[in-house]
Amino acid sequence: MSTDTAVGLIPVTVTAIDDVTPDIRVLRLSPEDGHYLPGFSGGSHITVGIDLDAETHLRNAYSLMSSPYDTSHYEIAVRRVEGGRGGSRFIHTLRAGDRLGISSPVNLFPIQIHGKLHIFIAGGIGITPLFPQLEELERAGAAFEAHVSCRHPEDAALAHRLAQRFGSNVHVRHTSQSGRQNFGSVLARRPLGSHVYICGPAAMIAEVRATACALGWSGSHVHYEEFVEQKTGKAFDLKLARSGITLRVPAQVSPLEVLEANGIAIPYLCRGGACGQCETRVLQSDSALEHNDVWLSDETKARNSHFMPCISRADGGMLIVDL
Amino acid sequence: MQLHIKTDESFIAPYRFSNSPEALARFPFPFPEDSYMYSVNLEPHVRVGQGVFANAFDIDEHYVGECGDRARALAAQPGVHYVSLPHMMQAQWDVLELIMESYARDFPQAFELRKQGARWTWVNRLLGLEDCFTFGDPASLPMEPFEYISRQAQGDWVLLEERDQTLYIGAGMTTERADYSIRFDLGMSWHEFHGPVPLAHELGVFDKALKFMLRLRTNHPVRRLNWTTTVFPRLETSAETLPDWGPNRTMVTPENAGQTVHLRVELQPLHRLPRSNAIVFPIRTYLAPLAELVRHPDWGRRLHRVMRSLHQDLIDYKGMTRYHAAMVQHLSQFDTGA
Repeated sequence: MSTDTAVGLIPVTVTAIDDVTPDIRVLRLSPEDGHYLPGFSGGSHITVGIDLDAETHLRNAYSLMSSPYDTSHYEIAVRRVEGGRGGSRFIHTLRAGDRLGISSPVNLFPIQIHGKLHIFIAGGIGITPLFPQLEELERAGAAFEAHVSCRHPEDAALAHRLAQRFGSNVHVRHTSQSGRQNFGSVLARRPLGSHVYICGPAAMIAEVRATACALGWSGSHVHYEEFVEQKTGKAFDLKLARSGITLRVPAQVSPLEVLEANGIAIPYLCRGGACGQCETRVLQSDSALEHNDVWLSDETKARNSHFMPCISRADGGMLIVDL
Repeated sequence: MQLHIKTDESFIAPYRFSNSPEALARFPFPFPEDSYMYSVNLEPHVRVGQGVFANAFDIDEHYVGECGDRARALAAQPGVHYVSLPHMMQAQWDVLELIMESYARDFPQAFELRKQGARWTWVNRLLGLEDCFTFGDPASLPMEPFEYISRQAQGDWVLLEERDQTLYIGAGMTTERADYSIRFDLGMSWHEFHGPVPLAHELGVFDKALKFMLRLRTNHPVRRLNWTTTVFPRLETSAETLPDWGPNRTMVTPENAGQTVHLRVELQPLHRLPRSNAIVFPIRTYLAPLAELVRHPDWGRRLHRVMRSLHQDLIDYKGMTRYHAAMVQHLSQFDTGA
């Protein structure tokens, strides 16, 4: 099996590219000859190392959408984001035969194996983890259904693939034609032991959670994975008080990515400001902090005592942290 | 590593057990200082050196003897030492794959794994086994996959299921357990099955260790050492068989402690399992009588100081109450004061 090192990445080759819509590209990533990639469970994501130039090393997180039962390759789907940091645009320039580095999979969105009925609500590119998740449930003989919202028919290519693969349990809704999904009707009058999984934009997650709460769902049965766009900002200096090092954080690179590029490994999992692993104590900042995470409390953000280097940054100047 | 496997060992009376000089040289002595207290002593399980950290899962000269003792214990008390809840089947295949791939990679002279798609052939030359089966199909093996592979794997193996931000015991192969019952603990959560451990809860050890465990990633195992003592080289010290081995504690004297008291070190290389998202908690036990350990002068002195200063709650929890004084008196002769 291919293995990665502490902060290193597993080498893979892009072996197939499938532009399923003008904006969404599916990439097949294969390991070195004779190797297998690490096994994973449905809902897992990997991070892909993206070297835009000599100073700009990004790490973007993507859900795995290939089969957990075939680790001869992985598949990810990448939506091109205009005006972002450039990571997705870079991936849309790749060609078969290009090489990349990826991390081992991590699962922060696992299937609840004791569930009696699994209901998925997905929107946009958030559909990707459903492919391996539904395959696991199908193998286990578990009851599931998926409700996928797409804006226009031309955006629905992945949703139709899911419906082809898993049949009538998958409901695809074109919101520009049929109007928005009524989440209340999906969630009402469900049997005990039902679990709902939400994967899509932040507004969809918030609405489904509020609807579930109003209908009396227990929070322990409502699961979601938020995909936060990495935002660009101003470049700033990051000073590590304990080691006395000062690092430059470029405009489109996160502080976590700068730490990693300099061989400084700190804990991380989600890289989206949700899991809390990379929480770092702030000692001093001479500019405002942009807190983009959902982990820290509003009080902590207002105090600026901590920040999440995977997704948050300083608005220029010098930020001194307890590292 | 060259493996010279002993074939005539017994881990019940009449005991036949000793460590070769080579085995003693790689014994994972667990005390880095002259006193001991619980801590979150987890570190990345990086393979290093030629000793017990050289491989993902270590095996040594006691492999055949321990597998034999496991078969004996399982036959003597069916249902007592091996348990698995029905929903753990995915984790069972995960751990079978992990052990087979690790053993075949790390000990190619002893084990071989051949794959043709899902059709696998497993060769275990140490036990003289060659079996073909279909990965993922329980009917293709003579028993459940976890029982099948753990009968051929040195040390105890516990499978932990992640649910609701904690870990639950979902399965275990535990013929070498240090005074607990896997049947009683099955289905318990992290804080429940660690409930009896003294002092560590107050130190926050289990809260911190759980946080660490939950972020364990595939391909990034961590390890820790734990230890206790046992009278005679008996591996199977289950709560269920206490009447068989508990009375041994009354037989220790300052004169015989070097032969009777065995340090029992547990190497625990924890791995996240890929498809089930479960965690395997291996407990690989290394035994050595005090008389073997004190041949290493630093170890004799340190053992005396650690045992002499051990907190009374740990003496009681580790089951040493009856013979702790005799053991310390015996060890004092190896502490020259330097």
